[in-house]
Amino acid sequence: EPSTGPMGLGRVALPEEIAAWDIDIRPDGMGLPAGKGTVAEGEVVFTERCATCHGDFGEGRDRWPVLAGGQDTLTDERPEKTIGSYWPYLSTVYDYVRRAMPFGDARSLTNDEVYAITAYLLYLNDIVTDEAFELNSENFTDIHLPNEENFIADDRQEEPHWKADADPCMTDCKAEPAKITMRARVLDVTPDSDEGEGGGQ
Amino acid sequence: MSERDQGVKNPSRRALLRGGLAGGGAALMAGLTAGKSIAAGDPAITDIQDWNRYLGDGVDAAPYGMPSEFEADVVRRNVAWLTADTTSSINFTPLHALDGIITPNGVCFERHHGGVAEVDPMQHRLMIHGLVEQPLVFTMQDLMRFPRQNHAYFLECAANSGMEWRGAQLNGCQFTHGMVHNVVYTGVPLRALLEEAGVKTDGKWLLAEGADAAAMTRSIPMEKVLDDCLVAFKMNGEALRPEQGYPVRLVVPGWEGNMWVKWLRRLEVGDKPWHQREETSKYTDLLANGKARRFTWVMDVKSVITSPSPQAPITHGKGRTVVTGLAWSGNGTIKDVDVTLDGGRNWHKARIDGPSLSKSLHRFYYEFDWDGSELFLQSRAIDELGNVQPTKDALRAARGENSIYHNNGIQTWYVRADGVTENVEIS
Repeated sequence: EPSTGPMGLGRVALPEEIAAWDIDIRPDGMGLPAGKGTVAEGEVVFTERCATCHGDFGEGRDRWPVLAGGQDTLTDERPEKTIGSYWPYLSTVYDYVRRAMPFGDARSLTNDEVYAITAYLLYLNDIVTDEAFELNSENFTDIHLPNEENFIADDRQEEPHWKADADPCMTDCKAEPAKITMRARVLDVTPDSDEGEGGGQ
Repeated sequence: MSERDQGVKNPSRRALLRGGLAGGGAALMAGLTAGKSIAAGDPAITDIQDWNRYLGDGVDAAPYGMPSEFEADVVRRNVAWLTADTTSSINFTPLHALDGIITPNGVCFERHHGGVAEVDPMQHRLMIHGLVEQPLVFTMQDLMRFPRQNHAYFLECAANSGMEWRGAQLNGCQFTHGMVHNVVYTGVPLRALLEEAGVKTDGKWLLAEGADAAAMTRSIPMEKVLDDCLVAFKMNGEALRPEQGYPVRLVVPGWEGNMWVKWLRRLEVGDKPWHQREETSKYTDLLANGKARRFTWVMDVKSVITSPSPQAPITHGKGRTVVTGLAWSGNGTIKDVDVTLDGGRNWHKARIDGPSLSKSLHRFYYEFDWDGSELFLQSRAIDELGNVQPTKDALRAARGENSIYHNNGIQTWYVRADGVTENVEIS
């Protein structure tokens, strides 16, 4: 069936086609598939499919992402941003695991496995404490992550420096000559830096 | 490397840098202008060169041409320690070696979350569904039957300069500012595709999704969608490169690069944002008070001097010197760029040359006579809304050091008396 739009281009998408691709989930639960999984079931799947990179307890191996812990570190010098400490919505966990994980084998988990992994991630982050806890499409939106309320709208334009005169100082703007306070050269973490001041010379 | 390449492949400036010669550029100039070789005539002139004598390649040697081998250093580079794996990673445009405003396709920086999807265009589909009158599927051939537009836009990664929040870290504008490129896109207004499906009145948001293994998704407000977003299939006149989303990508002018979904396959209209991983865990900006900004879409006014810079030191000694760089703003055009040689004590109006296009890179120049003393070079851009590029200190005062994204602070290059140039922060 062709498009009925002004150009008459494209064709009508079939319900089966939309169902095959429409896997996104919103915080209000829109898009959640039927299904369920417990913490204990999640531990088994996580250990098999996830722990190689993310560690048995979501602590992250090597440079792979840390998934659990870090609560109350967001004002630290080095915050640990995890599902438990930073993410606002559980829907994002289910959505992202189902769409993009395991890394290199995306879309290979069943809906129930994703519920189970999500339940296990709640457990690793101390948001549920019972290994028998079952997460399902019915109770999903009852769960709230600790950092949900700490996201704010983009208010960059309220920052004081943007209120500065749009015709900035051109002459004799500073009393003292510039002094170096930090040098990248000292850190020496730039690729090819043995060749000089960075790659590409 | 052939024998004839040796002299150019390892230019004197490279040896100069390694040796750290006293007198630096001056010594080099003396060698070229007053040395023995000149007394007998410059062999570059007096000798017959191979290319004066022998025939070069025929027209069938390079059906798709590549740059001269002497430009082999003008390439994308990655920084291995930044990410766990090269398939969810970043590389950097060699800004220090480019000029003008158009980035050559082959050196446009890459950012993937699941590697480069190799999509067969015949098997590619674009679906529109959700709060529309008629959900639709388009083939690539369908997309190319819509009226097209051409626009030059910059695409800047939200994390460009992100490693510099705590101070000077990477030595080269390729690394500190190279998550940006600027090409001419050919595509179809997203608005035209949505009109084909018919957006319902409660359709306020659009979810865009890629066909790669990361299935990248972002929520975009309908005002932006209907304003200037494109569904693009060409860059700089040719098909998108695979690493830039072949066969089709989203173009979201002025907004953070993450939203420019590559290998675009699905557009869902909804009444609320989706809060996907790339707009919650990532691409949210943590402030010093523990709150985090979300939906920080616009890339603010920014500039950088690309030469001199750590990878492009001054090698010609004292005298006439060209300072050049790039300026851009997600709010529109660049009105002015100021350049300082003394760390911001005194500023000079730079010369913007070439097209001044909205949400596109602008090229600026400042020419002066260098007396050989050390310099603290900075550039400061002002966009058409009057936004003045802030210092890094001003940004840190407002945000702390853990925002990761949206660092548009003024960059300082320290030019030593020998012409060697460093990434520094100054008081």
